[in-house]
Amino acid sequence: MLDTAFFLSWLTLAAEAVDREAGRLTELDSAIGDADHGSNLRRGFAAVRAALDAEPPATPGAVLVLAGRQLISSVGGASGPLYGTLLRRTGKALGDAPEVSPGEFAEALRAGVAAVAELGGATAGDKTMLDALEPAAAALAGTTDSFAAARTAAEEGARATVPLQARKGRASYLGERSIGHRDPGAASSALLLAALAQAAEDRA
Amino acid sequence: MSAGDAPVGIVLVSHSAGVAESVAGLARGLAGSGALAPVAAAGGAPGGGLGTDAELIAAAASHVDRGAGVAVLADLGSAVLTVKALLAEDGELPAGTRLLDAPFVEGAVAAVVTASAGGDLDAVAAAAQEAYGYRKV
Repeated sequence: MLDTAFFLSWLTLAAEAVDREAGRLTELDSAIGDADHGSNLRRGFAAVRAALDAEPPATPGAVLVLAGRQLISSVGGASGPLYGTLLRRTGKALGDAPEVSPGEFAEALRAGVAAVAELGGATAGDKTMLDALEPAAAALAGTTDSFAAARTAAEEGARATVPLQARKGRASYLGERSIGHRDPGAASSALLLAALAQAAEDRA
Repeated sequence: MSAGDAPVGIVLVSHSAGVAESVAGLARGLAGSGALAPVAAAGGAPGGGLGTDAELIAAAASHVDRGAGVAVLADLGSAVLTVKALLAEDGELPAGTRLLDAPFVEGAVAAVVTASAGGDLDAVAAAAQEAYGYRKV
């Protein structure tokens, strides 16, 4: 079972990864975006950590809902409402159980990813974070073993955005010039999934 | 009208504080000399710079809410997505808040004129959306 401490650990590891990789994310975003993805996410995840430290929620669902709300408030770019919706919808789908099974979490994450797709009007292949999130959610088969598979799927999904032409967001204005660059949102999604797998390994 | 003679409130969300303020000023200026519907600008990122500030949007919506609904116009990307994410949850924005599907500048002028003339939220939304239909060439 996955308890509240597991989800706090996931988001702490995610915040550390975003902080460490902020420069790389911004560099990716400077190629096809407005060069603020790393700094925006760093600000957002710092707000997530501060909120979780100030008043630690009592359930896995509440951890994700609070984190999502912080991302929507503080990121300032499109990744805020998108990641905020991902975490908030996933958290809501978990309800108020004190512990959730990996299968319940896998199901909830699929609902969260679907909400992101709906909010952004994007689908896989548009060169967005969904290119990492969708295969990762599909790889989460509902066992803690599958968290590593989800990490791999997200990383491969992010890498596979390189040859794609962007069809959503600011990068889409570049047309063919968006080809040849890894999508920054898919790259940050891969970081979140890597943090998830790390949290599962630390727990084992 | 839905709430006595109360006007619909208008919120303008742009990546740029300057754009939001200027478009609000333009819309007020073109709305005429009668009673003016409340208009609030919510531009720029948290802490300044280009981007979108969810708290600023929520505060602006509360500020212009007179009980007849709040019409929100947004420019691009994160401005649109943030408003939609806020609308997806109860309690983030005043009841009767609606994101309009409209061009930012033209839609803002149409919305403020219509709201100031006493139009309800449906009329304001229709007027703003109609601005898409005006071809320039």
